[in-house]
Parts: sequence; structure tokens; C-alpha cells
Amino acid sequence: MLTIGQEIHDAIVAHALRDHPDEACGVVAGPEGSDRPERFIEMVNAAGSPTFYEFDSSDLFALYKDMDDRDEEPVVIYHSHTATEAYPSRTDIGLASEPNAHYVLVSTRDCFDEAGGNNDGPVEFRSYRIIDGVVSEEDVTITPSQTTQEESSP
Amino acid sequence: MAIEVRIPTILRTYTGGAKAVDADGSTLTALIDDLESNHPGIKDRLIENGDLRRFVNVYINDEDVRFIGGLEAGLTDGDQVVVLPAVAGGSHPTTLPASPASLLPPTTPRGPRKP
Repeated sequence: MLTIGQEIHDAIVAHALRDHPDEACGVVAGPEGSDRPERFIEMVNAAGSPTFYEFDSSDLFALYKDMDDRDEEPVVIYHSHTATEAYPSRTDIGLASEPNAHYVLVSTRDCFDEAGGNNDGPVEFRSYRIIDGVVSEEDVTITPSQTTQEESSP
Repeated sequence: MAIEVRIPTILRTYTGGAKAVDADGSTLTALIDDLESNHPGIKDRLIENGDLRRFVNVYINDEDVRFIGGLEAGLTDGDQVVVLPAVAGGSHPTTLPASPASLLPPTTPRGPRKP
């Protein structure tokens, strides 16, 4: 199961809507071994395509170096599908290379009308494990924003 | 001569779980051959048809090797090599290895795989 904060969930959805009709992509990093997605990192889709995404190679290096320095790992790797359902494509499955990550897919196909105008349709938000070519969908639990907790911290 | 090679999670099955291993070689090709001799099977995950796999990135001291000579890139003692699988995918149904590289715009810094 993926447990993710409301704010991070909303940030992923907002990124997908903003980049539509191109695919949006990014990572939510968290402390190694914690399974807690805490640090939202929007990435540039170097492919700039409605049907393909790829992190730029320099961005990828910088991202992993930064996570390494912070003892983090990619807890969530997200991207959007803009004309199809939020389910891993054969390309997604073939290229998935983080066996510990939750692969989040969002679909913005119902959010825009044919002219590209916003029609306020729902954004599909689903999560999967992709290990050795096998896809397992998992439940997503969205937790309320951490505001209260942050306020109580010194 | 020792060069530290940082291994991504998905390839740690070949290194007994180690995040980094030492290897030798004056070029990336030689280094990968040396890795293979100690961690059999790893070469095939990095190389395909004599070239670096399209969706594997290798960096020497923070530089993507594709910009510094590819497999022929030179190495010296104390260099650090980092291997990172690409983070990529998308709704396009093309199956691998019919490479999605063909979907990338021509401005992409690394060209499509050689025929």
C-alpha cells in the first residue's frame, strides 16, 4: 500500500494538469527504508512528449547524488498518461528499474475537452509495484496535510 | 589501480547487495570486462550489441560517458563511475527492444541506437 500526504498527492496532480498534453514526471524521495514519500521533486520530461517521458541524464545524476547525500531513496516515481488510463504501459513495465519504488500513474485524459479546455473531470491516481516485469496494483491512502504536526514542532 | 563503481539497486543482485565495488580498467570497456569477471552477468545488463544500452546511464566523475567517448572513455586511478538506469516510460505502447528512442525528439543529446 502507498501512504502519501494530501499535499504531495495534490502537487503530483497539479504537475500533471500543468504539463498536459505532455507527460509529466517526477519523484517523491524519502528516508532510505522508511517507505515514506516526503520530499516532492518535480522533474523535467526531457522527451517533451505526450506518449513518452524520460529524466534528462544530468538531472538524473544530480537527483540521485542529492538523494544519496541525504540518505534517501525514490519512494515514489510518478508520471502521467494524458490520453490513456493510469495503468503501466508495456514501455513502463519494460523500463521500470526501481524494485523498491511505488510507481504512481495519473491520467489526465478526462480533465480536458477536445479543444484542450479544462472540463474539471477527475484525475485518476493509482499506484503499482513493478518488479521483474510483473505489475501489482496497490491501494493508495491519502493522509491529511502535516500542518498540525509542523506547527507543534519547535 | 582502483576505480569505485556505484551500483544501482536493480543490479545489486550481481554484487551480493553491495552498493559500490572496486574495478580496474583504463577504458570503460576494460572496466566493464573486469566487473564481469568478478560479477558474472552484469555486463549483459550494461551492454547490448557492443554498445551501452540505451536506457542505462554511466557517469565518470559526474559526466555522462555518452559525451566523453562512450565505451572508449578513459579512466584513471581514483575516478568514480556511477551506473544509473534511466527513469523513463510512457503511454506509448512500443515494446522493447523496439526502442522508444525513435520517439524522442531529434534534439535529444543522445541519438537513437545504431541500427
